[in-house]
Amino acid sequence: MHQPHAEPRRSIYYRYQVFDAWLPSMHPGPQRHAVVIAGAGPIGLVAALELARHGVKCVLLESERQVSEGSRAIVFTRRSMEILQQVGVAHRVTQNGLPWRFGNSVYRGQRVFRMEAPHDPDDRFFPMINLQQQYLEEYLVDAVRANPLIELRWGNRVNAVTQDGQGATLDVDTPEGPYTLQTNWLVAADGARSGIRSMLDLKLEGASYEGRFIIADIRIDLPLPTERLAFFDPDWNPGNTILMHREPHGIWRVDYQLPPGEDAEAALKPESLKARIDAQLAMIGHAGVPWAMDWCSVYSARALTLPDYVHGRVLFTGDAAHLLPIFGVRGANTGFQDAQALAWRLAFVVKGLAAAPLLAGYSSERVGAAREIIDEAGKSTRFMTPPTRGFRLLRDAVLSLSLSEPFVGPLYHWRTSRPHEYRDSPANSAGDDNALFQAGPGHGAPPQNVRLGADDHLLDHLDHCFALLYFTEDAAVPDALTEVVNELRAKGLPLRVIAVGSAQPVAGADDTLADADGHLRVRYGVLASGAAYLLRPDQHVCARWMGLDATRLRAALVNAAGLNKEV
Amino acid sequence: MGPNTLSIPGLEQVYDALATAIDAAGPEKTELFLVKLALLNANALADPAVFQVHIDAALKDL
Repeated sequence: MHQPHAEPRRSIYYRYQVFDAWLPSMHPGPQRHAVVIAGAGPIGLVAALELARHGVKCVLLESERQVSEGSRAIVFTRRSMEILQQVGVAHRVTQNGLPWRFGNSVYRGQRVFRMEAPHDPDDRFFPMINLQQQYLEEYLVDAVRANPLIELRWGNRVNAVTQDGQGATLDVDTPEGPYTLQTNWLVAADGARSGIRSMLDLKLEGASYEGRFIIADIRIDLPLPTERLAFFDPDWNPGNTILMHREPHGIWRVDYQLPPGEDAEAALKPESLKARIDAQLAMIGHAGVPWAMDWCSVYSARALTLPDYVHGRVLFTGDAAHLLPIFGVRGANTGFQDAQALAWRLAFVVKGLAAAPLLAGYSSERVGAAREIIDEAGKSTRFMTPPTRGFRLLRDAVLSLSLSEPFVGPLYHWRTSRPHEYRDSPANSAGDDNALFQAGPGHGAPPQNVRLGADDHLLDHLDHCFALLYFTEDAAVPDALTEVVNELRAKGLPLRVIAVGSAQPVAGADDTLADADGHLRVRYGVLASGAAYLLRPDQHVCARWMGLDATRLRAALVNAAGLNKEV
Repeated sequence: MGPNTLSIPGLEQVYDALATAIDAAGPEKTELFLVKLALLNANALADPAVFQVHIDAALKDL
């Protein structure tokens, strides 16, 4: 019998709410669902909310009865905020989080590199924002609980999975015992130690690094701005690296690397933590400032991915699909992009609009993204935690040089999470004018946000649909295009037409953006009326034309949406 | 190597300077000093491919 903690987790600043467990005796009858998501962490919650936007119901199973403990994923990127905006929680993150855009690398008390994250006046969100994971989960849970299409079952743990060509059968344990749950599709969002991944005996590919970090949330008052701080090779922790981030509610997150071979349990003892945090505070000139521990844990830097995220009727997403190092805020931020790339496709398949092979595009896009991240993360990891004598010597030489030679500074900068451009995606149109554009987001890229006015941005006008940005000064969208739009909409394709460039509403468009100063047209490389961009439901560009015609629009939509031939 | 080679007096000067600097760095810091020097020279060279040729040549007959 599964007995999740019924007592709220302890925290010196966050009040955990314990939810009632979902019990099978209260819900008699067979359990068969279209979609079940295992794991109500940030990625499972976003996947559920994305599916709901497409009108697809799901059951969300969570082993615990409360949100996760500790700050965990504290840094959320601009792209994550754009995704969170779509599921309706970005405003709460903005209200409560701490935005930032500078990172500092410090060696021997000297700042040897300052990273500045680009911040475009067209962007609605900061490059980074710090917020403890439990707050983000709380906001997402609130959104899920307000959504009638999502059934969140607290205290439900998946104990076994079998599958056939039609779906998966789950043995789910609860505080009053097990029940059987059948689903056409199972989304495994059950985290780094994914039970479902183990049950299906799937192996992650890639390297495990020896680098282990203690991560600790402490309450302390430090007169420092919200900027990332990284300290290399300090006297109190020779050869190793320390990271510090300010969090809301007077909390600081301190991550420090453990010397090789040190026992993790010993390192988590209060006296060990106290000595090291005191030493770190002394090093930055704040010795003796009182602090209190909220939460701590140990973390191993790993860079691994499943080679395929689609296994029959089981779809992997987030940390269940890949494990990525903490440097570069790649964990949850990568997972949100997974959830977004998966949900619209799964919704199309569930609704019978597209056939199952559409899901292969999810796997190829996101495995490709994970591999690219792993390659980049490998470079950062080799700098932060050198794996061999040669790498250590080079790292030490760079540290030493950096005090007087700025050319090595960029080696301190691990590339942070960024949205992948699906340049080779099968969803991209083969017959469009992508190569002719001199500006604007290309094939597979996320859209460039554009400020349209006070509190009004381009991405605010997108929703769960395909979006056709049609650039025109005419009074109406051409009839031939409207016919294609109406034909495919009638078959169930969610598609929204946004006219750009006219002061008056354009007939045949769902929305008209005046773009009086032509700024949007410039940013998108549009030279003349009749040009268009087609954005997928996850907003990535799948086609763009210098001059759009009905035949090419239809072909691009049928291809990107994987529309069934008989549809 | 390439067309830009040292004159004999220049080579002799580099030879003495390097030996003196290795002695000044001391046995524990010799490697670190040499790697720093290599990185500085690579930056001045501004050509990773030529630097790789130098690495390959230096790895010979150790």
